[in-house]
Amino acid sequence: MTWETVIGLETHVELATRTKIFCSCTTEFGGAPNTHCCPVCMGMPGTLPVLNEKVVELAVTAGLALNCAIAPVSRFDRKNYFYPDLPKAYQISQLYLPIARDGAVDIGGGKTIRIHELHMEEDAGKLVHDPWLDQTLTDYNRCGVPLIEIVTEPDFRSAEEVIAYLEKLKETLQYLGVSDCKMQEGSLRCDVNLSVRPVGSAELGTRTEMKNLNSFKAISRAIAYEARRQIELLEEGKRVVQETRRWDENKDATYAMRSKENAQDYRYFPDPDLPGVELSGAYLEHLKASLPELAEHKRARYQADWGLPAYDTEMITSQKTLAEFFEALVALGTDPKQGANWIMGQVLGQLSAHGLEAKDMKLTPATLARLIALVKEGRLNRNTAVKVFEAVFVTDGDVDAYVKEHGLEQVSDAGLVETVVEQVLAANEKSVADLKAGKEKAFGFLVGQVMRQLKGQASPAVVNQVLRDKLG
Amino acid sequence: MELFELTALELGEKLRSGEVTREEAVEAARARIRAAQPANNAFVTVTEAPAPAAEGAASPLAGVPMAYKDNICTRGVRTTCASKILGDFTPCYDATVVERLAAAGAVSLGKLNMDEFAMGSTSETSCFGAVKNPWDLTRAAGGSSGGAAAAVAAGEVWYAIGSDTGGSIRQPAAYCSVTGMKPTYGTVSRYGLIAYASSLDQMGPIARSAADCAAVLDVMMGKDARDSTSLDVPAGGLLASLTGDLRGKKIGLPADCFGDGLDGEVRSAVLAAAEVLKARGATVEEFALPVMEYVVPAYYIIACAEASSNLSRFDGVKYGWRAEGYEDLGELYTRTRTQGFGTEVKRRILLGTFVLSSGYYDAYYKKALQTKAVIKAAFDRAFEQYDLLLTPVAPTTAPKLGESLTDPLKMYLSDIYTVSVNLAGLPALSMPCGFDSKGLPIGAQLIGPALGDAAVLNAAYGFQLDTDYHRQSPKGGDEV
Amino acid sequence: MKITEEMVDYISQLSRLQLPQEEKTAMTAQLEGIVAYMDVLNRLDTSGVEPVSHIFPLKNVTRSDEVVPSGDREELLANGPAVKDGAFLVPKTVE
Repeated sequence: MTWETVIGLETHVELATRTKIFCSCTTEFGGAPNTHCCPVCMGMPGTLPVLNEKVVELAVTAGLALNCAIAPVSRFDRKNYFYPDLPKAYQISQLYLPIARDGAVDIGGGKTIRIHELHMEEDAGKLVHDPWLDQTLTDYNRCGVPLIEIVTEPDFRSAEEVIAYLEKLKETLQYLGVSDCKMQEGSLRCDVNLSVRPVGSAELGTRTEMKNLNSFKAISRAIAYEARRQIELLEEGKRVVQETRRWDENKDATYAMRSKENAQDYRYFPDPDLPGVELSGAYLEHLKASLPELAEHKRARYQADWGLPAYDTEMITSQKTLAEFFEALVALGTDPKQGANWIMGQVLGQLSAHGLEAKDMKLTPATLARLIALVKEGRLNRNTAVKVFEAVFVTDGDVDAYVKEHGLEQVSDAGLVETVVEQVLAANEKSVADLKAGKEKAFGFLVGQVMRQLKGQASPAVVNQVLRDKLG
Repeated sequence: MELFELTALELGEKLRSGEVTREEAVEAARARIRAAQPANNAFVTVTEAPAPAAEGAASPLAGVPMAYKDNICTRGVRTTCASKILGDFTPCYDATVVERLAAAGAVSLGKLNMDEFAMGSTSETSCFGAVKNPWDLTRAAGGSSGGAAAAVAAGEVWYAIGSDTGGSIRQPAAYCSVTGMKPTYGTVSRYGLIAYASSLDQMGPIARSAADCAAVLDVMMGKDARDSTSLDVPAGGLLASLTGDLRGKKIGLPADCFGDGLDGEVRSAVLAAAEVLKARGATVEEFALPVMEYVVPAYYIIACAEASSNLSRFDGVKYGWRAEGYEDLGELYTRTRTQGFGTEVKRRILLGTFVLSSGYYDAYYKKALQTKAVIKAAFDRAFEQYDLLLTPVAPTTAPKLGESLTDPLKMYLSDIYTVSVNLAGLPALSMPCGFDSKGLPIGAQLIGPALGDAAVLNAAYGFQLDTDYHRQSPKGGDEV
Repeated sequence: MKITEEMVDYISQLSRLQLPQEEKTAMTAQLEGIVAYMDVLNRLDTSGVEPVSHIFPLKNVTRSDEVVPSGDREELLANGPAVKDGAFLVPKTVE
């Protein structure tokens, strides 16, 4: 029998707010345990939540970008369960009236993934095992960090589709400024619901839920493992048990969590501490109008308006900051293709050499635009320009000052070049003879000699021209 | 007249005029506490008086000694909810009302006994032992703010702050012959009140007179950015608005609150109170309020559901008491909660868990929320016709200690006249209106429309201008 | 509505409570009585009535996204029954 894998995703994304969802503690990553906490996010008795307005804005923005219907009225509910990472013993989430529903994401290749819903909720804390005591320590710094959970319909049929969706989601949310989507810091996490069924069957099989998937690699491998496990069970005539399974990165396998943890009756009910969220048409229109241009639109535009090759547009839009840098560069008068080349070559190279992220880069578009202009004007040759770039990259130094200080300006004085050319021709009669005998290689040698005399600061074009003239 | 027999406003006046010093007032209160506490057990924690508030506290109650129910968080002073599970929990924050009162010059002398987590109608479920009624020490002071009502009745403080989820200010006030007010839901910040049922909880004053209550509410009320359910409405000015003039006011008596189950002496006293209001110019009329039949079940479903969630945070991990002898996390939770909560609290947690659990939510919890809508609509209609409603506070006077705990359902049913007010979010006040043949106090309840707090206080103020039930002290004073 | 001991076991487990047998028997009977009384609500026709959670129609009560310094850790942990290295200590949760 041939089997089909059916997958639905629940993705948790941490929102890029400054403060937590229900209190004013910072959401900054890291920090010593329990130092980004207050009585509210630690669930102290008598404390009450107050909603961060930015959370609503970012959730709605994400909902709009994922083509969801935004709920005119939405509310918060309590999800009740005991665990030490949840100090109130309930998570404030949305069950009955989530903020957005019924969206769709085009993942390419003619495939669309339907979004079932998108809702706001608070993150839980972190539990750290103390091996010495063999006990667990609770760190509530992440507790109350705002999340959106994006739930898809079971529309995926392969790990590849899942990854394509996640990449699209990540790119979109980063462009929107909704989240930094750093998987290594847990700001994008995935639960995978998976079942298998015979190809052609319309019914869904029994599914399992896999948690703890924190990288694309883990997701792909877990999907492959779990699909194989379920198929083997069914082929042996056994049945799949509906349960939550944990992916063990080290063992490359999923295993069932204790049944106790599986007993789930969350007793959701509307949170009496939080009034509802009602969004006016004007508010939605305002957010819609201020949605930033997404990567796919930028790519299309770069190709159509500036004739950039697809490869270049992919590279440049791979990070929103790079794309913005690029657009600023072009706006300063830089030729788009020239700008793209510099970004793909030198900018990305320097970022990686310094272990920096594009968003942390100090270099301004104006600095690079100036450098490119100097090359274009023939005042700096390209190799020198690359050296200047490397020198000014980290601190966004002054290009003109650097060039002047180091005497790097290109020699475009044809008279000076002529004198040097004459000296070189006189000193290399053999090469001149070779060249006249048809050995073109000798020309390059002569150019090199001239450049050497001029300490590399001559314009190659000028040198070529003068040499050709002199050689007749 | 002894100092402790004064109203809070009268003492405030003497403090302002310099006739009595702040130290004398505090010492008088402390002497009363020393004398009364062994008998009535009103306090859980007695503290040293705080340093005087900043000069210029404008409240007419500046310098007047008072105390808080022990479910109101006080920075640096243990706050127990009268439960073993909270142990010596000492908040590092003040409730908003505590901040506001302190800024107005309130002098807190400590924390008051109550039913565990405010769940009870007699203040007997406290882990510190029952509160006893100063009018008859063999009887309950009422609950859950029993300590607050008893302390004011016994002259240990001039006013107290209680909380009222289903009658917990009004019913003990009635049992102890003091005046207690539950303001409109949302007018007093709940920040720092340890939640029992968040959609119903509201703090309010217990004092000798309606005027005292108005003065305290003038300080307590007002929008608080830390409580999302707090209403953005103008606060203050209640005391200044009191005239006692009831001419042209229409007062409704819901017939369904005067029927079966109501003690005859209580009925007579409340009807007599109606006559006093009439004499002040009000018209009084009976009307039918048939939703009364549904208020107790709707109340207990909603209150217990919220409580089951609110009390989940007490798990022995972050604060309070932790059981011993656990092998793993599950046992830590279960042992701590099983041994840390009393029977009534456990009963309500279980009931609340049941009505929210899978398969029963719609039949119970959702049904109760729909019933609440019906109850609110019924009150809205009543207030289209009447300015105020007058009802008994409780079906009987204070019961003997131990009598109520044997039959929980019977105890729940005794809340019938008070819980509807919480469900509908309305302001209501309990005022002394007589004594039964055993000499036990009787209370009458005035209910106003939402945000009609001033009208409620004004009617009670008028009533108290013409009566002196509120000026009587148990057994002539000293021998509490 | 019949309340069984199994149901009491189930809701006890959800509530992290464990009643000794004697208490459980009594509690089952009491809950049964209370729930039976609550069934009075079935007499009230609420079809088409919107459930009311918040009694007043408040909406969009929010705060701005501005950081306020967090609390003092020692103070926040001061009530903990078991504290180590700036954190609460619980029996191990990792399998």
